[in-house]
Amino acid sequence: MRCCRPLAARIALATLTVLLGGFLAATLARYAPGFGSDERLLDTRLSHRSAEAIRQEAAQQGNTLSYFSQAFRKMLRLDFGTSRTLHRPVRALLAERGVVTLRLVAAGLSTAWIAALALLLTTWLVDSSALDVTSLVGSGALLCLPAGAVSLLLVLADRPAYLALALVVFPKTYRYLRNLTRFAAGMPHILMARAQGTSAARILLYHIVPTIRGELLALAGVSVGLAIGAAIPVEALSGTPGMGQLAWQAALGRDLPVLLAVSVSVIACTVLANSSADLLAVGRSRAL
Amino acid sequence: MKPVRVAALAVASLIALLSVVGSMLPQFDYSRQDRQNFSAGPSPGHWLGTDALGRDRLARLLHGTRLSLTLAPAAAALSMMLAFLFGALPGFAGGVGERTAKVLIDLMLSLPWLFLLLIMRALLPLNTSPAVSAAITFTMLGLLGWGVPARIMLARARALRQAEFVLSARAAGISRARLLSVHVGPNLLPVVAAQFWIAVPVFILAEANLSLLGLGVSEPVPSLGSLLVEMESFLSARGDFCCFAALFVLLLFVGSLQVVVHEREVS
Repeated sequence: MRCCRPLAARIALATLTVLLGGFLAATLARYAPGFGSDERLLDTRLSHRSAEAIRQEAAQQGNTLSYFSQAFRKMLRLDFGTSRTLHRPVRALLAERGVVTLRLVAAGLSTAWIAALALLLTTWLVDSSALDVTSLVGSGALLCLPAGAVSLLLVLADRPAYLALALVVFPKTYRYLRNLTRFAAGMPHILMARAQGTSAARILLYHIVPTIRGELLALAGVSVGLAIGAAIPVEALSGTPGMGQLAWQAALGRDLPVLLAVSVSVIACTVLANSSADLLAVGRSRAL
Repeated sequence: MKPVRVAALAVASLIALLSVVGSMLPQFDYSRQDRQNFSAGPSPGHWLGTDALGRDRLARLLHGTRLSLTLAPAAAALSMMLAFLFGALPGFAGGVGERTAKVLIDLMLSLPWLFLLLIMRALLPLNTSPAVSAAITFTMLGLLGWGVPARIMLARARALRQAEFVLSARAAGISRARLLSVHVGPNLLPVVAAQFWIAVPVFILAEANLSLLGLGVSEPVPSLGSLLVEMESFLSARGDFCCFAALFVLLLFVGSLQVVVHEREVS
């Protein structure tokens, strides 16, 4: 029973976060300038009855309580209405764009992690301070660039968008991994192993990795959130038709149904990734 | 302080000083258009050339840097105040307040913040004056960026609450207000200062992302972020590398600040 407590707490917190995120997005949409105004009313071809029906629809949404209850019920049914700018059901848009973003995030994340782990392994095995400083300066320089600028530079260099995402995630992942391994390397049992002449590779694989496994899983969860956040400028500036571009277009066009749907989906994905990583880390630590 | 950090501090200070002094000079007017020189390369009249509207790039860079370097610390200060309110105070008080604050901070940290910024900015008026758009952008950064500092302040305040000198002060009958202002506050100050300096480059980069997406500081007022949009014209400007001037300054300033901040963070 006791082992289920962290699981239940994590699920409750994740659900609460998604609901709160949805509520926040709905509140922002409700009180945004231009809420309730419908450009369809400017269409002179509409009959009086059609215009009246549109006004009534807007008036219903004008009531704050009924707006929230409607928004909440629709959210539970995963019915996000129709996009005002693209004139298509939001659910269909999410399904189409979600796949593109998923591929982009997966490619970017795997590239970033492979690069970070490879660099970490190299600096660990070579044990050269020059290489360590170079890797730190390089990753530090990448940290000083906004995701949008990285994306723009890669567009100019005619490189794929996932590389931009990888370049945003890589420096944070690498630096955190490096700090973790350096910290673990100073632990007494690892110092003892080194004193006994154990090889660097063996120390890393059999002593350091098991020690920092929990933190690695947490970092994996955090990097998903990081990649999802960076996907917005990357997709918008590289012209990739994913969720990030959809969110950006909706933001510029004040497409409130799309903004609400995208925010709930993105928050749900981020929370799911973080919670899964946390639970895995808890499970591992209990197993140990 | 190590020489590399002294050098970084000197670079950051020099950029700040140049932007403040340079932008005050009358010849560096960021909105003046030279109708004879659109998208021109470097010349004695325009050291970094002109943009597509014939405006002097150097003038815009000086003003943009000054704006970002003035408003990012202001946003960081707002963020620190919120972090103190939602992190340090509950951490010091303990009990239900601390638990509630922890949940609130966890919730805040679970939300992807660039996405939140985009949503919030999109739902605020887009047709505001350029100065108001700059204020809105940085206020929003301050309002949304308090999660991480709040968590750190909460942990520090909790540790201080349980510290021996605080326990003895409480046993001596000192009031909570005095305890906070005389004993806990000064001990929290280094953490607040470190978090403040960490937040400044983060906010500069976040503004740059928003401006690149057209949701930050609006034209004609320049900011470091809005000047990055000019990189798009690199190919059409026949390879004029002055398009990257804003990126270079951003890299130099944020990089220097991070080197300096690392020292403060560690100490």
